[in-house]
Amino acid sequence: MSEETEVTEKKSRSFKLEKSSRVSILFAVLCLLLAATCVGYAILLMVDYDYAITLLRVYSDSQIGRVLIGGFNDFLAQIKLNFIDKDRWTYLVKGLLVTFEVTFFATLIGIALGVIVAMIRSSHDKLEEELRPGFGKVLFDLIDNICRIYLTVIRGTPTVVQLMIAYFIIFAASNNKILIAILAFGINSGAYVAEIIRSGIMSVDPGQTEAGRSLGFNYIQTMFYIVIPQAFKTVLPALANEFIVLIKETSVSGYVGLQDLTKGGDIIRSQTYSAFLPLIVVAAVYLVIVLFFTKLVSLLEGRLRNSER
Amino acid sequence: MSVNQGEVLISVKDLKKYYNGDEIHALDGITNDIAKGEVVVVIGPSGSGKSTFLRSLNLLERPTGGTITFDGIDITSPQTDINQLRQKMGMVFQHFNLFPHLTILRNMTIAPMKLNKLSKEDAEKKALELLGKVGLADRANSYPSQLSGGQKQRIAIVRALAMDPEVMLFDEPTSALDPEMVGEVLEVMKQLARDGMTMVCVTHEMGFAREVGTRVIFMDEGKIIEENTPEQIFTNPQNERLKTFLQKVL
Ligand SMILES: Nc1ncnc2c1ncn2[C@@H]1O[C@H](COP(=O)(O)OP(=O)(O)O)[C@@H](O)[C@H]1O
Ligand SMILES: [Mg+2]
Repeated sequence: MSEETEVTEKKSRSFKLEKSSRVSILFAVLCLLLAATCVGYAILLMVDYDYAITLLRVYSDSQIGRVLIGGFNDFLAQIKLNFIDKDRWTYLVKGLLVTFEVTFFATLIGIALGVIVAMIRSSHDKLEEELRPGFGKVLFDLIDNICRIYLTVIRGTPTVVQLMIAYFIIFAASNNKILIAILAFGINSGAYVAEIIRSGIMSVDPGQTEAGRSLGFNYIQTMFYIVIPQAFKTVLPALANEFIVLIKETSVSGYVGLQDLTKGGDIIRSQTYSAFLPLIVVAAVYLVIVLFFTKLVSLLEGRLRNSER
Repeated sequence: MSVNQGEVLISVKDLKKYYNGDEIHALDGITNDIAKGEVVVVIGPSGSGKSTFLRSLNLLERPTGGTITFDGIDITSPQTDINQLRQKMGMVFQHFNLFPHLTILRNMTIAPMKLNKLSKEDAEKKALELLGKVGLADRANSYPSQLSGGQKQRIAIVRALAMDPEVMLFDEPTSALDPEMVGEVLEVMKQLARDGMTMVCVTHEMGFAREVGTRVIFMDEGKIIEENTPEQIFTNPQNERLKTFLQKVL
């Protein structure tokens, strides 16, 4: 049964591959045709200007010509309406800056929080037998439990709900939307970063900890000088990926009235009553940013692998 | 029974280490004194508790029972600052455990510097001096992955020495090495022994035990079965299990 599905999957994949290569050939041919037509018309313009113009008139007067030209004019009008009139493009630019600001600072908070939580979580079990019973141990158990609850709650609820809780309940007194969003997304990201770092810490050879401890470092020092630097290196791509995810996650900022990129597009839509262009442009901007950072991360990954000592 | 003389550095009394509750008796009541300047070689079949014994001495393993006194301080007591005491006990591992993200020099200076023993300049001066002694001064700025196994282990030894320890603990330091590299590591250890360092070595290198060992401890099933001078252990073994063991390894 599983073999069968595998076979069909292989087939469908190879079919897909063929299809996509066919499409790209078709596309290339069309582009060539278009380019040839343009070059041909340019030559015609130079050789016999009057005839070329007449030809254009005849064609643009024909039915298909009218549709094409009308469509193009409409398109230009839409662009003008959505982005140029009343400087609406500024919604997108300002929104993009907000998106970057929130993502950047939330990432910083996320990493700081993540490292701390990861250290507490992974040290708690290891230090269990080393700690003397007493107030310190009780406190440590308490903090560990808080970390567990934090991880469970954050990873078990939708980001947008957390954001709304932060804005409408926890920080209801404040109206600093950007700061609240940064905090909310940072706290959210911290939970995911913590799990990434924890996996990194666990991937470091226990012999490293033993060597550090045998030299006289205490647990925290061993963590900071020996284990975390090594863990960081292995999880750096995953961390960068978390940043990329966060860029997209912040698109729900509009729920608390923060004007990020998505909200910017949405405001244009509500003003011009046209959904197509604003939304497509917003999507394209996200795509370009994400592709850019993805490329950056894969370059980074390659670098890390090369410097693997 | 004890064949050592001189001032006692480490005193182990009725040391026990159990795993899985009461199931595995890795150490089953070890009592032994190690004096300053001694080179104690611990031998025994695999699983006899040699590593557990060695790792208990600097509390990498927490004993289930018994006491260990180092420099007159009971290190098993909860009041003792074990991190402070570990600075005086160097340890060398089977798999080197060099820090791969740091250069050789940094591997050797990080502990003395961060533990406020030495300034950066002094730590580096000392590290280079030690590297010179083991013939690796030119590798100061290499990374561990750029070294051979024998070189790594020599670095691991001087990394521990950079802390100026009072005793050096070795857990099968040559077992992970290609045969042609064993000699260079043993040479460093022998020199260390001749310089008067107190050493506890778990090893299968009987030649080393004979040459520089002051005492050999034979362990089996978590107990010390026999201990004596190398001379006596190798030429005149008493216990049957020791005889069988020696037949296998010699
Ligand atoms: N972490 C552990 N959990 C359970 N059993 C262990 C653990 N470490 C060691 N042991 C057991 O303790 C005994 C002694 O181990 P060890 O000291 O490593 O022996 P040796 O170094 O002489 O080969 C062995 O039976 C081993 O299986
Ligand atoms: Mg062992």
